[in-house]
Amino acid sequence: MKTIEVPLHAVAHARAGDKGNRSNISVIPYLPATFEHLVEQVTEERILAAFAHKGATRVKRYVLPKLPAMNFVIDDALEGGVNASLGLDGHGKSLSFLVLGEVTVRVPVECVPAGSPYLEGRGTRG
Amino acid sequence: MSKTFIGCGAGFAGDRFDAAVPIVATLAGMPGERFLTYEVLAERTLAIAQKLRRSNPDQGYSPFLDTYLPLVLADCKRHGIRIVTNMGAANPLGAARRVHALARELGVKGLKVAAVTGDDLLATLTEAEVRGYPIIEGLALGNRPIVAANAYLGAQPVARALATGADVVLVGRTTDAALSLAPLLHVHGWRADELDRLAQGTLCGHLLECGAQVTGAYFPDPGFKDVPDLANVGFPIAEIGSDGDLIVTKAANTGGLVSRATVIEQILYEMHDPHNYLTPDVVLDVGEVTVDEVGPNRVRVQGARGKPPPPTLKATVCVDAGWLGEGEISYVGPNALARAELAAAVVRARCRAIGVADPVRVEVLGTQSTFDNNTQRRRVRVSPPNDGEYRVRAAVRSASRKVAQQVSDEVLSLYCSGPAGGCGVRQHVTAQVGTASILVDRMKVKATVTVVEPA
Repeated sequence: MKTIEVPLHAVAHARAGDKGNRSNISVIPYLPATFEHLVEQVTEERILAAFAHKGATRVKRYVLPKLPAMNFVIDDALEGGVNASLGLDGHGKSLSFLVLGEVTVRVPVECVPAGSPYLEGRGTRG
Repeated sequence: MSKTFIGCGAGFAGDRFDAAVPIVATLAGMPGERFLTYEVLAERTLAIAQKLRRSNPDQGYSPFLDTYLPLVLADCKRHGIRIVTNMGAANPLGAARRVHALARELGVKGLKVAAVTGDDLLATLTEAEVRGYPIIEGLALGNRPIVAANAYLGAQPVARALATGADVVLVGRTTDAALSLAPLLHVHGWRADELDRLAQGTLCGHLLECGAQVTGAYFPDPGFKDVPDLANVGFPIAEIGSDGDLIVTKAANTGGLVSRATVIEQILYEMHDPHNYLTPDVVLDVGEVTVDEVGPNRVRVQGARGKPPPPTLKATVCVDAGWLGEGEISYVGPNALARAELAAAVVRARCRAIGVADPVRVEVLGTQSTFDNNTQRRRVRVSPPNDGEYRVRAAVRSASRKVAQQVSDEVLSLYCSGPAGGCGVRQHVTAQVGTASILVDRMKVKATVTVVEPA
């Protein structure tokens, strides 16, 4: 089986929300067959590593096979959140794209949607 | 089977002012009970409203009431579409009186308006009692003055307001989902122990409460997730059967998209434990939920499970939290990144020199600095081009307005005292409201429904 290493952005989409200093980020595969690879590779440890510089302390992953989707709840990810953050994005709304860009996965080529720029090795650079 | 139709015309204060017009046009042609909701009350919004009410007892309802309602009030009354909204903010009774005044101005006759009160804890508890509850999330209150303290009411009192026959129901703080669950309790007569139905209704409200976030907005990623005619995005309409069968769709003749992907993103939006989404009406579990496209821009959502609600209600306490000072300046063209980095270093040195004690963040926008922390630890992992366009931003939070202004002014002074070609300075110094969440015994909170007569 031919596999390809790509950023999560090539095979999944995501949405970030907040409550206080806690972020939640959903990760949803474009193709259902991709889900098992995401469950295997996109672990709590890897998400925590992506947020280490923010001071994140804990990640809890919820796996929802019926949707299918995963939900990551990241404690202390928002530098205090809207109450205290000095950054532009106190709600952490952009952080779904931090995950999509930072975390890579190795998946069968079929997991990347047809026509995706990532299949031609172009990524998002057009 | 009878169906109830619920549209959402706004997902936050400041949402598109005329989004409800196509919803009303669509609902007008639907058979069955029809409702239009607006959700405009963020955690902090209520603090601002409370301050307005203290300075003028007629004020303190949402300033957006006068933006949204005149566009739809006459058509809603004509077609029997009932409005449920938290535009009551800190003064639902005042909002109800304002709706009557609007009706008079618009020539709308016979409008019945009801208000739900009881969420304001400061009306029944002392400030010391509010401070006595343990904080589950957010700022330590310390000695900061409390501006507002409001419990999240559930759908039951809102349903009681609908039972008065009101055309317009104004509430203050309720759960966002209650705006949709209440019409379902009212129309379908769901009991408090029909937990799976309450869960479906809560999920319905959760999907609608952010407006176009479920119909293709907050979603597009060109080339990866494309959405037709985003500029004309249609806001959502839910169709719910008496058994809880739920279809999510959108206003007719609009852009946007309702698909499995848009709905799944919104199901998990701001949801932490998907098996325990706590509300005063029911604990929602979305673990068994399935999402299916059943037609163009029509998605069926089923399988929400409910558990009994907790004995406590969440309340948000708002306090004054000092000042945020910000300043920004741009550098463009050859060597722009080096000039921006030099400017950032100058601001850091100046803030130290003048003795700013509060933490100051100085960053270079254009280097993915929004993903970074205050000390820009992540910067080493990205290598942006030296030529281009970069914007230096400094920010501080301080109890002192003077300090907030000083940091902002250090960016302004770069015009003549910084690197070559600095341009486009913008400054903001703004008062901040902080929030903390507490849990209160639900028996301490008593909601009241008032039918408000025209003046």
